Amino acid sequence: MNIVVLMKMVPDIVEELEIAPDGKSLDLEAIRPIVSERDDHALEQALLLKERSGGSVTALAFESRDVDEVLFTALAKGVDRAVKVSAGEEPLSTAEAAALMARVLPGVPNLMPADLILTGCQGIDDLDGVIAPCLAEHLRTPYLGIITGIETKEAGHATVYKEFAGGSRGQYVICLPAVLGVQAAEKPPRYVPVAKVRAVMKSRTIECVAAPAKEEASQLAIGAMTKPQAAGRAEMLEGDPTAVAAKVVEILSARGLA
Amino acid sequence: MPDPGLSRYLGFPGWLPLWLLAVAAFTLFGRRVVRIVRVLGRARPENRWDQAPRRVAYAVAQVFGQQRLVEERAIGVAHLAIFWAFVFFATSFFWNLVRGLLPFLPVPYADEVVWMAVPMEVLGALALVGLVVAAVRRYVFTPPGLERTRDASIVLGLITLLLVTFLGAEGARALAGGAEASGLPVGAPLGRAWAALGIGPAHVPNLYLSLWWAHMATVLGFLAYLPYSKHGHLIFAPFGVFFTSLERGAMPAESEGAARLEDFTWRQLFNGLSCAECGRCERACPAHSSGYALNPRELVHKVKELVTAAVAAPKPVAHVPAAEGGNGNGHDAPRFVGGVVRAEEIWACTTCMACMTRCPVFNEHIPLIVEMRRHLVSQGELEQRLQDVLVNLGRYGNSFGKSARTRAAWTTGLEAPIKDARKEPVEYLWLVGDYASYDPRAQEVTRAAARVFQRVGLDFGILYDGEQNAGNDVRRIGEEGLFGVLKDKNLKALEKARFAKIVTTDPHTYHAVKHEYDGGNGSGPLRGIEVLHVAELLDRLLGEGRLSFASPVTATVTYHDPCYLGRYNGVYEPPRRVLEALGARLVEMPRNRDEAACCGAGGGRIWMEDVAGVTERPAETRIKEAAGVRGAQRLVVSCPKDLVMFQDALKTTQLEGSLVVQDLVQLVESAGATAVRSDAHVRA
Amino acid sequence: MAGNVWVLAEQWRGRLSDVTFELLALGRELATGLGTRLEAVLLGKDAGGLAAGLGAADGVLYVEHPTLAEPNPEAQCHALATLVEARKPHALLLPLSNVSADVVGLLPARLKIPLVNFCRDVTVADGQLQARAVLYGGKLEVTLAVPSPAVVGVLPGSRPASEGRKDGAPAVEDVKVTFPAEARVRFEQYIDPAPGDVDLTQQAALVSVGRGIQTKDNIELAEELAQALGGAVSASRPVIDQGWLPLTRQVGKSGATVKPKLYVAAGISGAPEHVEGMKGAELIIAINTDPQAPIFAVAHYGIVGDVLEVLPALTEAVKAKKG
Repeated sequence: MNIVVLMKMVPDIVEELEIAPDGKSLDLEAIRPIVSERDDHALEQALLLKERSGGSVTALAFESRDVDEVLFTALAKGVDRAVKVSAGEEPLSTAEAAALMARVLPGVPNLMPADLILTGCQGIDDLDGVIAPCLAEHLRTPYLGIITGIETKEAGHATVYKEFAGGSRGQYVICLPAVLGVQAAEKPPRYVPVAKVRAVMKSRTIECVAAPAKEEASQLAIGAMTKPQAAGRAEMLEGDPTAVAAKVVEILSARGLA
Repeated sequence: MPDPGLSRYLGFPGWLPLWLLAVAAFTLFGRRVVRIVRVLGRARPENRWDQAPRRVAYAVAQVFGQQRLVEERAIGVAHLAIFWAFVFFATSFFWNLVRGLLPFLPVPYADEVVWMAVPMEVLGALALVGLVVAAVRRYVFTPPGLERTRDASIVLGLITLLLVTFLGAEGARALAGGAEASGLPVGAPLGRAWAALGIGPAHVPNLYLSLWWAHMATVLGFLAYLPYSKHGHLIFAPFGVFFTSLERGAMPAESEGAARLEDFTWRQLFNGLSCAECGRCERACPAHSSGYALNPRELVHKVKELVTAAVAAPKPVAHVPAAEGGNGNGHDAPRFVGGVVRAEEIWACTTCMACMTRCPVFNEHIPLIVEMRRHLVSQGELEQRLQDVLVNLGRYGNSFGKSARTRAAWTTGLEAPIKDARKEPVEYLWLVGDYASYDPRAQEVTRAAARVFQRVGLDFGILYDGEQNAGNDVRRIGEEGLFGVLKDKNLKALEKARFAKIVTTDPHTYHAVKHEYDGGNGSGPLRGIEVLHVAELLDRLLGEGRLSFASPVTATVTYHDPCYLGRYNGVYEPPRRVLEALGARLVEMPRNRDEAACCGAGGGRIWMEDVAGVTERPAETRIKEAAGVRGAQRLVVSCPKDLVMFQDALKTTQLEGSLVVQDLVQLVESAGATAVRSDAHVRA
Repeated sequence: MAGNVWVLAEQWRGRLSDVTFELLALGRELATGLGTRLEAVLLGKDAGGLAAGLGAADGVLYVEHPTLAEPNPEAQCHALATLVEARKPHALLLPLSNVSADVVGLLPARLKIPLVNFCRDVTVADGQLQARAVLYGGKLEVTLAVPSPAVVGVLPGSRPASEGRKDGAPAVEDVKVTFPAEARVRFEQYIDPAPGDVDLTQQAALVSVGRGIQTKDNIELAEELAQALGGAVSASRPVIDQGWLPLTRQVGKSGATVKPKLYVAAGISGAPEHVEGMKGAELIIAINTDPQAPIFAVAHYGIVGDVLEVLPALTEAVKAKKG
């Protein structure tokens, strides 16, 4: 089973986000990149599949700040190859990235055809597209997203589990090759000790591939970017727990709830 | 009295069977010891030969002084008698053996010499009393942690036998008469006892010889038996003390962790050989008494079994890698780390060091646990919450997962801003610590400390968002690589700052920066920099007359010694002196100073899930102990984790009305601490 | 004249989703603003009867096919793409729910038209649609013009569902779509969680715990309050992921959507996926140590404090009141 995992960097929202002077975009200098959370799950799911049924896993990402550490960490976790795609200085929108990736993948030596392409089903900056289904369309493969489980017992098919509401899941069979958008891996992403990542940085290399020139451009033009105004705010109740509890009970009995 | 070496038995001179017995016993003994040493040779090297004179002095003092043993009074004194009897009896044994093997030597037997015989009689009798005490304690009042093994019974029996045979022989000697015989303190009455039993002068030589041979055979048998038994501590423990770590609380040298026998160092394996299975560590362990899976005595016992199994096994086969379940012995047995020693045991430790502080043979339990944790970490076998915390520490430099930029958010609301030590020089660099910076409850104390520092006119500053978690607990979790990352980042920030001394309000930070940031050879950027805990600083200011209190705190308080300030660093008196100067009336808890019971947060446990089967959490046990101190209105702590753990425990034990948990600096602030102006004093 | 405004009438397991009515309310505003028709697209098998609930639309386009019986993004995308190519609507509003999210991603790529994702609101200005979308977990908003044609992914909560419920049967047009012979994605079955002891959607009061509860044992504090209030305990995703409570107690996008009379959010930060499931509650009281927690934006009353202290205090006060 040949699995490709696509990973991308997004701004870490633990840190404050600043708007660039043009008022329409994010101040990219001020952000701290972090790997997209669902992509981390996709990586974990790929590793679980490899542990269960063998095969190889390749982690792929567009070049960007701090992506090297993410790819080395992926190697330390057990992927067989890590590939970095350089695509010029301009940041890519999600739709642009999907289109470009579809043209990059066939050009990576000894990579395609892949049985499965796994990536997160959603990213926090997916304004003009969602990479997984977009890529599936470009590659003309079937797609299913919000996946929380994958079984690959027979060749040519995978049984996948898709999350709905109320804790219900749907069981599907999908023809391979396919692109799957992972919501959560069957186990949380594994920890890899710092020493192991350091060792991998010394012993392994990340392959570099140049992307062809960008052909598709995003069809969206942002008018303005702002910090959201709090639509409303709760009335805050002050005081120590006993005082606050008394106020709450007053509110509740006014509504006949206590 | 007849010369046993020359007396005839079935026509043979005594020295002949004695030679045969001695050769047999020593061969058995020697073979076993050599095999044990060979197994230890398979383990990793560790230099425990450095500072030999200091080691010898320490070993002599501890082994002969038996200081740790008498901490448990009754058995301690009994053991002291047994031990000292042993010293004399061992000397006499070798003396008699040589004399018996080589009867032409112009020396008397040991028991013919008054200054050997008399002490041996007295000590022998005391030792017998000690053995009775030990036996009653072992079989009637069996303390927790004491296993009634067959080996232990055999040893008790053998020691009793050798004492009894000797004393009996002394009785025979007394019966034979003679001037010196009547002065024998135990022999004389025993002689009369023999006489009362109808033993006449004619029987004395045979009685004496029988008892002499019985004694020698017992001791030779004991000698041969010891290294095969589980009670080999008699031989190994003195060496264990010689080879013990000279730096209390030090972490093992960097390694990939231990999965099987060969991964441990020889000294770590030696713990198993030294262990007398007395159970003091088990009785002191807060994890064990709370119902966690860890039992420090059992852990060391498992190491002992690992070593003995390797000694008993045929030549080791090509080792099966740990990942495939091999345990280094080539068998299809469960793996040692993670199997025989379960992960729950390894993760339960709070690294409080109570075990090592009580251990009479100076075993090192915590390095064992840390080595095993290193292995589990390398395999990714750690619980999810811990993984998340480690990721946060690596990424944000704090365990809370909050942006490093908010590290100094606690300073908002302070009247005067705190200097940034990266931008302007300060006398004291205050390393605040993680919990003190980010936890809302601990932030109250941090602000109080800032106000106190300002009121007493201290020239201090902080690193703001340049400070990261010091890494003390990361190291104890077994993530050496992450510890190195945190240490490097902190050292970089420290390099850029200008300061003369370091003060901290967090004992974990204190310990790491003081002992583990220098690179060991004192050549690092912190060389020569004094590191103080705030209690030490306040004590010093008091001592220098630079601190006074406007209104004394007249409450009755009790004080909890933090593990990393107390047991790890011996800082017991400074906080107490500060409390005294505050006017507080200090009443100690039953377990104080180096017996203080850990709050349960250390070793990364504050970041781990609660475990099923825990009867009462360590903090809950301790808070009850504090609430039990008559008249105590406040529990004074000096560590942000203690503050948080005990405040939580107050709620879960519903003792909120009985006690208030406060930090030392909060009391200092409430006493209106101010600087004492002195023209004679020049501030740097 | 602009093409019609289309809304995907999401239906799941035989029922029209609440979000469908939210989109109908929104779509009606946009259609009015553009001076054009509002049409609902309904996909399914034997689901034509559901069209009766879509009175807010001017017309319904219904596609019937076996592969549309249960959510099948491939089949849904194919049906929608065929319709869009034939009828050329101005814009197509799709809900960002688990059931339809895949289509939101697939359809614009299939049609090679733009997607405007994560929309909280859509309005009309100068004959063009304007969208307000949220990015970076809600930390920033962007406003932008929506090209035409385009797919608009709309977050739940854009409009009250009640505004989209109208009586009156709209005109239903059965549209025949040819599907490919081979289905590359095939639905097999649902795996529903074991029926729990408690149906969260039927509870009048919910005490919901998040990470702030810290340990499994502390959930007892929430239990006690829930009991005193005559309700039940629920939780946000992190607590469920830890295994401290069963799946049936999860409130949020992948859990239950609840509308109790009282919802106490204890130690819940207020991530969008959770808020989606509880914002309809009549009275929301939030407890969190972080005064900046997003939950305070959706709660009616807020308490900055430690749930471990506040919950027992509340329980005592409620019990005292009840006598």
